[in-house]
Amino acid sequence: MELLLAIAVMALGAVVLGAALGYASIKFKVEGDPLVEKIEAILPQTQCGQCGYPGCKPYAEAIANGDEINKCPPGGAEGVQRLADLLGREVKPLDAEEKPKQIAIIDENTCIGCTLCIQACPVDAIVGAAKQMHTIIAQQCTGCELCLPPCPVECIRMAAIGENIDNWKWKYPVVEIKAMPLKEAA
Amino acid sequence: MLMNLFKFKGGVKPPTNKTQSLTLPIAVAPLPSRLVVPLHQSIGGTPRPVVQAGDKVLKGQLIGEADGWISAAVHAPTSGTVLEVAMHVQPHPSGLDALCVVIEPDGQDEWIAREPVEYASLKPEEVRERLQQAGVVGLGGAVFPTHGKLTASKTVPMDELVINGAECEPFITCDDLLMRERAEEVVRGIGIFRDLLQPKKVLIGIEDNKPEAAAAMRAAVDALQEPFLVVQVPTLYPAGGAKQLIRVLTGKEVPASKRSTDLGVQCFNVATAYTAWRAIAHGEPVVSRLVTLTGNVAEPRNYEVLIGTPMDELLALAGPKADTDGIVMGGPMMGFLVPQASVPVVKATNCLIAHSAKLFPPKAPEMPCIRCGSCAQACPHELQPFEMYWFSRAKNFGKTQEYHIFDCIECGCCSFVCPSRIPLVQYFRFAKSEIWAREREKNAADQAKIRFEFKQHREEREKAEKAEKLAKAAAAQAAKKAAEAAAAAAAEAAGSTPPDSAAAPVATAVDAEIDPKKAAIAAAMARAKAQREAAQPKNTAALTPAQQQEIADIEARREAGSRSEDQGSSAALAPPTSPATTADTSTPPSRS
Repeated sequence: MELLLAIAVMALGAVVLGAALGYASIKFKVEGDPLVEKIEAILPQTQCGQCGYPGCKPYAEAIANGDEINKCPPGGAEGVQRLADLLGREVKPLDAEEKPKQIAIIDENTCIGCTLCIQACPVDAIVGAAKQMHTIIAQQCTGCELCLPPCPVECIRMAAIGENIDNWKWKYPVVEIKAMPLKEAA
Repeated sequence: MLMNLFKFKGGVKPPTNKTQSLTLPIAVAPLPSRLVVPLHQSIGGTPRPVVQAGDKVLKGQLIGEADGWISAAVHAPTSGTVLEVAMHVQPHPSGLDALCVVIEPDGQDEWIAREPVEYASLKPEEVRERLQQAGVVGLGGAVFPTHGKLTASKTVPMDELVINGAECEPFITCDDLLMRERAEEVVRGIGIFRDLLQPKKVLIGIEDNKPEAAAAMRAAVDALQEPFLVVQVPTLYPAGGAKQLIRVLTGKEVPASKRSTDLGVQCFNVATAYTAWRAIAHGEPVVSRLVTLTGNVAEPRNYEVLIGTPMDELLALAGPKADTDGIVMGGPMMGFLVPQASVPVVKATNCLIAHSAKLFPPKAPEMPCIRCGSCAQACPHELQPFEMYWFSRAKNFGKTQEYHIFDCIECGCCSFVCPSRIPLVQYFRFAKSEIWAREREKNAADQAKIRFEFKQHREEREKAEKAEKLAKAAAAQAAKKAAEAAAAAAAEAAGSTPPDSAAAPVATAVDAEIDPKKAAIAAAMARAKAQREAAQPKNTAALTPAQQQEIADIEARREAGSRSEDQGSSAALAPPTSPATTADTSTPPSRS
């Protein structure tokens, strides 16, 4: 009798807990893969395809499924570092050369207005119409270089974004700033 | 009148070194050989140049048009010729270039037609507009466009207007001299701010080491019968910081995340009030400011200097001593060594200190932090600089924000007291600019993502729309063909039994509504068939009846032969093309 009671109690407990777990798994179900979202937040969203995937999200999915973390040149070594931190993987050197951030510039005199670059731009950063001059919206350009190959007249070039007063950063205080000698005041 | 003052925690008392430059009255600096006027002299949008090389300009003429509401116009400081609009090194710690208008003075110093207006007749928005057009910005050092600060919060009543005449930084005396010599116009300027903001109280805070300035201001306030309160605050660096002065005078503490208007208080510098009055009552835009020349010079003094004057030319007026090896813009606590001696004076330039190794001995090398806590005691914002230092140094920027690094005003008290001589402020500036850069990158990435996703969405939508359009066209086509085929069948029915070909298009037309793709294919096939049918009779169209008869005979024979050949097996499956050419070729097809 006692044996049966014990079994009944355990069985009841199992049913109750099982029901609770089942309920929780439905109630608190996580939509989508949170890991992919976290990875995607680290990727620079240039949508350049240099990783071999058609955009940052597919690459994020690929990383979540075990692909290498060092295939994103725009993210740079820092991006690899952050991905390694997130995923607990080893930091690997970038498998391509790291370039300074750049934007595309259309030589408007050469442009023939073919709209091929407009179709290629992943972020709609090129304005223009058929047989009209095209130009790049500098603020929106991610520097992905996808507009270079389709241009039939090679009028697009990449230019590095130089340092200016607006994007200048205070340097890590290691080197003492030395005073420049005052120009001889007449 | 006695008033209960509040206190801020911390603060330091560096040697003030103000007396040197107070002995002589304000002098007007002579015209320099050329003026380099940077276009971006205020917080906010960069003004667009409206002049080009070769243009003749008059003093006070607009040369840079404000870009957006938070932006202030820039004007020619004297009459002359524009030599170029080009990039020149800025008085900025980066030593980078920015767009400047270079003017060669003609020596006439001829004003544009100034339009003094009756201040009382102006509407508040007109006053703000005029201040923007006159390039009035905060001359205390932050150069925030003044008109942008002159709108009271809609929800919080404006309690106090604080006027900052504290001038706490060592060496600088330009506000002191301004109050002593031009108190009346300062007070009139404060009147403008008061009318726009409608505060309950106006408090003018002056450090108690400037009794002459306070006396002059009191006299001016009394003479103009204004209810302003001139309050002498204890001399303690950084009492002249806007947040500290607000704290001392009103007891209110402004966090980094809020604007002071949200707490019902607003703060302006005395020099800003002065330029506001000149702009409104005299129609004079901001083309000059007071600059203290001091430090390692023979004759320290305050000068009224045109914006754009090269610093080396200006400093020569005070006679820099032989061992001068640099120019510090601003005070010794918050100022910086300018990257080049020839950089121009800008609206933010309140003081130039001739730098020498004797005056500012080089700091001994940095030692490790011993966690003594002196910096935390000195911090006027009650922050913990040593903690922020650890995290800045380790580039752990998230943690620095947890320790409220953006509340740091970079006053330099912590570096001043640090026994290990750690350049704490430099670490904080580094951390702040890194955080800002990351923020910018993050925003750019988010934008790019949104645009990329939208583009994909749009492409898919376009594809779907195109397919739908095609399907509709195909369905219409198929329906048309079906009708035609039915008509043909009806016509043929008069002659011979119609083959089941007529039924097929009808069936496809019904299908078309179910499956657009199938319909498209069916329509294409129907079209091809129609073409074939149309093309076939063409060969025989121009023939004589005798020839036609002959052909008909041959066809009939061939038909009979083929029928006998595959009798029974494929007769039922015979292609629909063959029945069309059966016996009845004499009836000309209506479609040809």
